[in-house]
Amino acid sequence: MKEEIIIAGFGGQGVLSMGKILAYSGLMENKEVSWMPSYGPEQRGGTANVTVILSDERISSPVLNTYDIAIILNQPSLEKFENKVKPGGILIYDGYGIHHAPTRKDIDIYRIDAMDTAIEMENSKAFNMIVLGGLLKVKPMVSLENVLKGLKKSLPERHHKLIPMNEQAILKGMEIIKKV
Amino acid sequence: MTEDVKLMKGNEAIAHAAIRYGADGYFGYPITPQSEIMETLMEMKPWETTGMVVLQAESEVAAINMVYGGAGCGKAVMTSSSSPGVSLKQEGISYIAGAELPCLIDNVMRGGPGLGTIQPSQADYFQTVKGGGHGDYRLITLAPASVQEMADFVGLGFDLAFKYNNPAIILADGIIGQMMEKVVLPPFRPRRTEEEIRKQMPWATQGKLVGHKRNVITSLELDPAIMEENNIRFQAKYRKIEEAEVRYEEIGCENADYLMVAFGSMARICLKTQEMARAEGIKVGVLRPITLWPFPSKAIAEYADKVKGMISVELNAGQMVEDIRLAVNGKVKVEHFGRLGGIVPTPDEVLDALKQKLL
Repeated sequence: MKEEIIIAGFGGQGVLSMGKILAYSGLMENKEVSWMPSYGPEQRGGTANVTVILSDERISSPVLNTYDIAIILNQPSLEKFENKVKPGGILIYDGYGIHHAPTRKDIDIYRIDAMDTAIEMENSKAFNMIVLGGLLKVKPMVSLENVLKGLKKSLPERHHKLIPMNEQAILKGMEIIKKV
Repeated sequence: MTEDVKLMKGNEAIAHAAIRYGADGYFGYPITPQSEIMETLMEMKPWETTGMVVLQAESEVAAINMVYGGAGCGKAVMTSSSSPGVSLKQEGISYIAGAELPCLIDNVMRGGPGLGTIQPSQADYFQTVKGGGHGDYRLITLAPASVQEMADFVGLGFDLAFKYNNPAIILADGIIGQMMEKVVLPPFRPRRTEEEIRKQMPWATQGKLVGHKRNVITSLELDPAIMEENNIRFQAKYRKIEEAEVRYEEIGCENADYLMVAFGSMARICLKTQEMARAEGIKVGVLRPITLWPFPSKAIAEYADKVKGMISVELNAGQMVEDIRLAVNGKVKVEHFGRLGGIVPTPDEVLDALKQKLL
């Protein structure tokens, strides 16, 4: 098993932390993991992306040219990464952030209206967990149990009370993702 | 999964490993992409547990001179910075090498020259292995290619520094510093006691002890005859290090037709390129220097008769390639491929370069 994933969007959308939780979940499943962020001014509102690799084998390069899965949360990221999904791969996008939908025919495309749902849930911070739920529905690469363990590992203790809310958001994401 | 396996950034691994090694002090000044080293140390407050000092100095120059002072007392002290900050430290590094003191420096390289960019680079190779500061000195240079090696090379770097009374440097880059991977941290070691320092480092300044003569730490010697003797002693030490401390890794080099030579994060990218090349039937090996000084010249020279060509893949305009060419001495074609100023090539870009330049 090897999943090479890019998560891309605006800084502040929780791109890096979503990748981190995925990486921690992989760690809980005893997989090899790497998490390589774009770092720098992105964190303050530009575009941000993170490459996450989960694998049964030792990981060679943390930097990739193509991806099995792309999670795209804004238009500039779609333009940058749509053509970098491997043929037969998966692209998941948030309906709110994307105005011109992806057009590739040789990959599986999923839409998740995570931003709208987060607003309905009156919790904008649930956004990235809703997206993560969608991903896990489409590709159950790690178990929900281990995601929750991963959350516990990656969140400081003072935020552990937020874990049930995150679980809810993940379950919601699993519910609302649809194939395009 | 064992509880000992942790997920963290390379920079965080350096901080954890320093505390666990029993380091006495860290002196630094923040700069991207290595600020997490001091941030992690500050968060962990080792002064409350091991007694390790962590201090944000007023500048890089101050930090390296605090290291000079700490090292003179026989303490295990370190600093870290990124390229522009390491340039500022060069005077201090030359003094520490000239005074024959052990210390650990960490450079998480970013694109230059000048203030440059905060993105990854390997353009400080020349600065690190060919001088940087003034005078005939050498730095024991370790190039980590994983978060695990970021942790491991803290202990190795300190051990080599103390073995040879010479500064050691970890030459990493923004990728290795910022990426998260699994790591098993080294076990805790107690800091050396004053008594142990007195025994193991008789040259250390610990205040004048009764019946002992004064220890003097300096790089200054105005009598050129003595200064030449000092230099001859340094050179003899450097030859010993070149003899005993060369480290490298060979991956899939048996029966290879071509050899990629790369260090640090570029070596990781080359491993992916190697997988892709193999799938196309191109037999290419990866030789990864772990010590950049002493450089694995002999190991590389041995491939000169075995392969049809070599390519040095670096995040710079061609620096390590000079040492490879010196090693093979014209026996085989040695090409270079690199991206500049903070751009990191993808594995397929490296494969294209390999085909274009060697096949």
